[in-house]
Amino acid sequence: MLELITFSIINGVLYGMLLFMLSSGLTLIFSMMGVLNFAHASFYMLGAYFAYQISTFIGFWPALFLAPLGVAVLGALVERYGLRHVHKHGHVAELLFTFGLVYVIEELVHMIWGRMPVDYRIPDALNFTLFTLFNTSFPAYRGFMLLVALVMFASIYLILRKTRIGMIVQASLSYPEMVGALGHNVPRVFMGVFAFGTGLAGLAGVIAGNYFITEPGMAWAMGPIVFVVVVFGGLGSLPGALIGSLIIGIVQTVSVAMPYSLADALRAFGVELTREAALADLWFLELSRVAPILPYLLLVLMLIFRPRGLMGTRES
Amino acid sequence: MTNKPVIKRLAVSALAAAASLMAVGAQAQDTIKIAYIEPLSGPFANVGDAGLKHFRYMADRINASGGVLGKKIEIVPFDNKGSPQESLVVLRQVIDQGINYITQGNGSHVAHALVDAVDKHNSRNRDNRVLYLNYAAVDPELTNNKCSFWHFRFDANAEMKLAAITDYMVQQENIKNVYLINMDYAHGHQVSSITKRMLAEKKPDIKIAGDVFHPIGKVKDFSPYVMQIKASGAETVVTGNWGNDLSLLVKAGSDAGLKVAYHSFYAGGLGTPSAIGAAGEGLVHQITEWHLDLPTEKNLPEMEDFAQVYAQKYDKLGWYYGRIKTQMEMLVEAMKKANSTDPLKVALALESMEYQTPFGPAIMRKDDHQLLQTLFISKFTKDAKHDVENTGLGFVTVAEIPAEKTALPTTCNMKRPQ
Repeated sequence: MLELITFSIINGVLYGMLLFMLSSGLTLIFSMMGVLNFAHASFYMLGAYFAYQISTFIGFWPALFLAPLGVAVLGALVERYGLRHVHKHGHVAELLFTFGLVYVIEELVHMIWGRMPVDYRIPDALNFTLFTLFNTSFPAYRGFMLLVALVMFASIYLILRKTRIGMIVQASLSYPEMVGALGHNVPRVFMGVFAFGTGLAGLAGVIAGNYFITEPGMAWAMGPIVFVVVVFGGLGSLPGALIGSLIIGIVQTVSVAMPYSLADALRAFGVELTREAALADLWFLELSRVAPILPYLLLVLMLIFRPRGLMGTRES
Repeated sequence: MTNKPVIKRLAVSALAAAASLMAVGAQAQDTIKIAYIEPLSGPFANVGDAGLKHFRYMADRINASGGVLGKKIEIVPFDNKGSPQESLVVLRQVIDQGINYITQGNGSHVAHALVDAVDKHNSRNRDNRVLYLNYAAVDPELTNNKCSFWHFRFDANAEMKLAAITDYMVQQENIKNVYLINMDYAHGHQVSSITKRMLAEKKPDIKIAGDVFHPIGKVKDFSPYVMQIKASGAETVVTGNWGNDLSLLVKAGSDAGLKVAYHSFYAGGLGTPSAIGAAGEGLVHQITEWHLDLPTEKNLPEMEDFAQVYAQKYDKLGWYYGRIKTQMEMLVEAMKKANSTDPLKVALALESMEYQTPFGPAIMRKDDHQLLQTLFISKFTKDAKHDVENTGLGFVTVAEIPAEKTALPTTCNMKRPQ
């Protein structure tokens, strides 16, 4: 049991950090530009495919740097030649634009790489067991993923809080005219933020694509859960995204290991239910079966009781 | 893997468009049309696309050797988007175009809808009946309580496959704890309950170490499930999982150092081997009527050529649905025997037909229209002669189940046309 709990928590933290890598870029773009980027997970998918393609030519390590860069450049182009024009027509137009982008990117991936999963592998240098605890091995690549996520969080936080660039970026959001009057090119700042955010998603794709499976459905599989994390943690809040990711990662992972149902919980209070009871299917539904749905339940509860999310600042 | 697939894809869609144009133009008298009803767009389009290439290959082969009764066979693709409702709309179009043969396989829910619709149509339109050839929908009900005279199944159903897997398992001395992990829908629940029932009958001292269901396609990280399997002490996993839900399970298991044998239905094709990769080496088993190493194992060079031509000219992913060959060849035989392409006469010739495949006899059982054919349990290993999907691994037979041994009793009470 101790083994199960320890590993569930380690895996939960890891899954949470992966969610964070995705949600940080999304929440950053939202807090800086007010754009809810539906295509965020599509940039994550592109990161994985770029890394796969680059790693077939020159290996994984260059891909680790080049692929997110490529995704960021693409993100910059999308902002410069797409979003910037749509921006004038308000948030609904932006939302629809990014929504359409999801389909465009998916079709492009189909055309270029086909519909089947591609063989994107973990580099040999990281394909070993980091440590063995209670007879269960912990792969080095998982440790590497954790490390990348932590480094990423620290750098974003430092850049935004401690550097001049961060100050300009934050100021551009609240007082764009004033920042413009001071001689800064505000549209370029926005382009930079969008590129940076999509680059982060690309990085998440690079390190998750070979750990999971690189296939055209991966954007759809990841998209909804990332939105749950961002809304749960509070739209626009970086620490909120971190805490939200960790909570959702751990809840989802630990609940899978819990073969208990409501009937078991009631039994603890002395209420004995039989299979013939009314709604028996509901009472005897094990937590492990509904585990992947729990984040969505948390989202609904959060929206009812605290609409701005854990650490969000906006009420809407 | 640069621009080639783009060109190929364009070429394929151009061909498909041309084919459907020709379909409208051609006269019903000189071609026998078979409507292929599968998802050709959306998330499962890859599966539909692969099946279509299999059928096209068979049609080309049959036509090259002179066709049937002086007529050519033509496969007409219809996109059902994987949905039962859409399939019924498509069936209407098929009937309006005067096509009398349909084939489908992906999704038993679709199959149920089609069986009902075909039954109704055939009872009302005796001069324009439709015959339904099912090559992959494995719900046992389709040849039991819900059986139909107009439905013929060429794939072993889930119960037959599980009977073979459990037979194999009880013979293995080292299998004592079995863990069941399945997708939370009809198919997954069937796999779980049938396996439990059969193991209890065949060898009660095998322990069911766990029995869990997870939502379909929602789980990204299977490691918590792997931890549970590990904690349960099971050495064998039986799963009806397919696609990413199978690949991710195996990968997570390999990362945590879980050494269990996986018994599955669909490990062998359509992208799953490349997604599993080396993680499944020596662990993943599948039960099928065909795998790429079979011709070598059985010393059948003509089958080796057959698969090679397909891989070279149609789809480099390789020949996967062995039963599509059997289905098409038996259909041709039945038409020749009936000396007609009338669905009723062909159906009567097809039921109880015994056909020799290169791997043993295939018998279309008259009672329920379930094909009995030799099944093979094979293991994913680097010792295979034929590489699957460029993974460096392939499948090698570990057990062979003769056709008659796969037969199970049926509850089918078939209504026959007068």
